[in-house]
Amino acid sequence: MSGIDKNSGKKRVKKTEIPRTAIPEQEPRVRATNFEEVSLGYTREQALVEASRCLQCKKPKCVAGCPVNIDIPEFIKALEEDDPAAAIAILKRKTSFPAVCGRVCPQEDQCEKVCLLGKKHEPVAIGRLERYAADWEASEGEAAIPEIAPAKGKKVGVVGSGPAGLTCAGDLAKMGYDVTIYEALHKPGGVLVYGIPEFRLPKSIVQRECEYVESLGVELKLDYVIGRTMTVDEMLDDGHDAVFIANGAGLPVFLNIPGENFNGVYSANEFLTRANLMKAYRFPDYDTPIKVGARVAVIGGGNVAMDAARTALRLGASVHLIYRRSMDELPARREEVHHAQEEGIDFHLLTNPLRIIGDQEGWVEEIEVIQMELGESDSSGRRRPVPVEGSELRIPVDTVIMAIGTRANPLLTKSTKNLELNKWGLIVADEHTLATSKEGVFAGGDIVTGAATVILAMGAGKIAARSIDRYLQGQPLLTAEEEDEIRASQEKAAAGAK
Amino acid sequence: MYKILEKVDYSDDVYMQVIEAPAVARVAQAGQFIVLRINEEGERIPLTIADFDRDQGTVTIVVQAIGKSTRQLQELGAGDNLANFIGPLGIPSDIENYGTVVMAGGGVGVAPVYPIARELKRAGNKVISIVAARTKNLLLWEDRMADVSDEVIVTTDDGSYGRKCLVTEPLKELCDAGGVDLVYAIGPGIMMKFCCKTTEPFGVKTLVSLNSIMVDGTGMCGACRVSVGGETRFVCVDGPEFDGHQVDFDELMARQRQYLEQEKISYDFYLECRGDAQCLA
Ligand SMILES: Cc1cc2nc3c(=O)[nH]c(=O)nc-3n(C[C@H](O)[C@H](O)[C@H](O)COP(=O)(O)OP(=O)(O)OC[C@H]3O[C@@H](n4cnc5c(N)ncnc54)[C@H](O)[C@@H]3O)c2cc1C
Ligand SMILES: Cc1cc2nc3c(=O)[nH]c(=O)nc-3n(C[C@H](O)[C@H](O)[C@H](O)COP(=O)(O)OP(=O)(O)OC[C@H]3O[C@@H](n4cnc5c(N)ncnc54)[C@H](O)[C@@H]3O)c2cc1C
Ligand code: SF4
Ligand code: FES
Repeated sequence: MSGIDKNSGKKRVKKTEIPRTAIPEQEPRVRATNFEEVSLGYTREQALVEASRCLQCKKPKCVAGCPVNIDIPEFIKALEEDDPAAAIAILKRKTSFPAVCGRVCPQEDQCEKVCLLGKKHEPVAIGRLERYAADWEASEGEAAIPEIAPAKGKKVGVVGSGPAGLTCAGDLAKMGYDVTIYEALHKPGGVLVYGIPEFRLPKSIVQRECEYVESLGVELKLDYVIGRTMTVDEMLDDGHDAVFIANGAGLPVFLNIPGENFNGVYSANEFLTRANLMKAYRFPDYDTPIKVGARVAVIGGGNVAMDAARTALRLGASVHLIYRRSMDELPARREEVHHAQEEGIDFHLLTNPLRIIGDQEGWVEEIEVIQMELGESDSSGRRRPVPVEGSELRIPVDTVIMAIGTRANPLLTKSTKNLELNKWGLIVADEHTLATSKEGVFAGGDIVTGAATVILAMGAGKIAARSIDRYLQGQPLLTAEEEDEIRASQEKAAAGAK
Repeated sequence: MYKILEKVDYSDDVYMQVIEAPAVARVAQAGQFIVLRINEEGERIPLTIADFDRDQGTVTIVVQAIGKSTRQLQELGAGDNLANFIGPLGIPSDIENYGTVVMAGGGVGVAPVYPIARELKRAGNKVISIVAARTKNLLLWEDRMADVSDEVIVTTDDGSYGRKCLVTEPLKELCDAGGVDLVYAIGPGIMMKFCCKTTEPFGVKTLVSLNSIMVDGTGMCGACRVSVGGETRFVCVDGPEFDGHQVDFDELMARQRQYLEQEKISYDFYLECRGDAQCLA
């Protein structure tokens, strides 16, 4: 079993001596030509071994490192005891989507970063264990039917069906509210369905999560663009007692360099939407076309850039990834960078695009880049890349994909009265309650934080559900204890700053 | 599911459908469009709202079959359902009393011109419409346009009906005569480009409705981008109407050709396999 057999007393392996359990994966050469999931997940035996590595710390750092404070040692303990049903119950106290989070959270920056075991050895593979428990539930567990409180007779509208919207809707439904999600696209899931590719997050998982939320009684209205089909003000006038805005930050950013409107230049959003949501990788069985060409340049270094690069690779292209800083600063999940390298993505680090050069007919031919070197540190503490004079270089390409970030889409916010925005067009919401400047309206996820993570969006959905419940019951949005806690932590932070 | 309530073929390639979509009809305005998807495998295609009826909860579209999706749509009739119908999208036309407006519609472009002309007429404008087509049986909605116009000029390229000339000829005459306060030109890219070239020397403001390639229609992908006055704009959220004198039509038309190769594959595949489940599988 776990390699430690306490009862037989045969051999006792020290926990710290067990190496971190590798996860089975598709071979790089094989997976580079298909869209199936790269990681195959732990087997029962592997999960038992990995779970046994956890030191069960008294003051677990990992819990503090988790944005939603999952009781990590507790769920790992359940797995060690071969009780995945208990593990999943513990996980679900804090996260609605363990199958998603286990796959896409940047664990190396969160729980696993601070895991005590990681100080001298490798951290416990917390994300992989989370995924194991969730996958076990999907394949073998009994669908737990949660308790739904008696109907409260109040109606809540949720805008957007990404992780923030789904979580908030699910929690409110369990509390007995009548909840409707309004989603602009024809499929629910937000970035999980249109952005993150199948080979990293199978769409069947997202679909299952959406169906679960619907099974709680949430009504899902697709094809509904808030700001066009209906405004937030109309929602409030039309019987919604509260509204949660979770429309993400989906407006693509371009670099504003010459040549960006040539044919063959995509935003990562367009490229990934065609591939994922519209299933262009199955053209012509699916109608939506995608044009990849033989050579692709992807600009950027985040998860979005890795996803675009690896999608282009799977569609048959050779891919250059162009990023202006160095390997250490690549913001993508480390596992994705590693996978991208294994699959043969050509990394051009410390390289910045200057312009795109096209042919007579308006098609991309080349991209001109310049080498960068690291100069002085900027305000974020990172060394700022500066161009090396005379190092310009042209790379012949057929397609360029801009993956340099997204901003708030003004479509909804512009049409909503009295909604305070910050200078980036993001909605201003109270950090602890997610209340906005508009009565009865709450906001969370990427539309408040700017492009962030699935787990933060999910956490925001939970906070919003709590606040909306209190609001609709006429209670203060924060309890006296919570107020005290916040004050204490602020004072502590202020003292620390001195 | 969105039900098709009525379908009328105007010619072999041009047809009209009335679709049940109360949420869209409730707030639809002249100048806006919808995005539809026929079925699960379908692409999202944008079409202008040619008419709407708030009481009946219906939206009318007029379509020219030019490829796979628009041909497949043509084969659907009353009683059939569409998977998705999203809207109204885009910024509505700015309806005011400008004085005298010339409404130039080319081909199926006449359909989107119609609701705008109707509203402008209601707002007190003198409406002169130019209804243009390549040939007589492609001519659209002359009667409807007559209902909302003070004067209608019909042109066909081949002279099979009305005046034998391009849409730009009467447009130039009207500008020459003076007193035109605003021009709307809607139709194929090339037609809009030349209408703008015609009005530019007269300094008559000319609005066009652009038909760039789109995916979501909500500002999320950037597929629809076009240069207007040297700046990149998204047609689906910043438009679809723009000041035609500022639009880079050559870029627009080049970008419309992005998928020619794939569109042909898709169309041939469809024609070959039409209705044949085995072939499609
Ligand atoms: C390609 C890609 C890869 C990523 N990889 C990771 C990763 O590995 N790990 C990680 O933690 N995070 C990752 N992220 C970030 C993460 O996906 C987002 O932070 C998260 O999805 C934000 O959730 P949300 O609910 O706020 O918004 P979204 O997921 O963006 O959902 C918003 C929803 O609202 C809908 N909507 C928008 N406007 C309207 C409107 N007007 N009316 C109605 N509906 C509307 C949208 O269609 C969408 O469905 C990635 C993002 C991208 C784009
Ligand atoms: C705002 C707007 C309003 C429009 N209104 C009308 C209308 O009222 N009536 C009408 O007949 N047509 C209209 N169009 C054009 C219509 O969307 C295209 O003709 C249709 O998408 C073609 O699809 P297809 O598969 O039949 O042809 P395809 O063979 O795929 O394409 C033929 C041509 O249509 C254009 N096209 C293809 N896909 C798209 C797409 N997803 N989005 C936009 N253009 C595309 C391309 O220029 C292409 O060369 C409008 C377009 C826009 C952007
Ligand atoms: S910090 Fe690491 S070792 Fe300690 S409880 Fe958390 S996962 Fe286990
Ligand atoms: S169609 Fe996607 S942004 Fe306009």
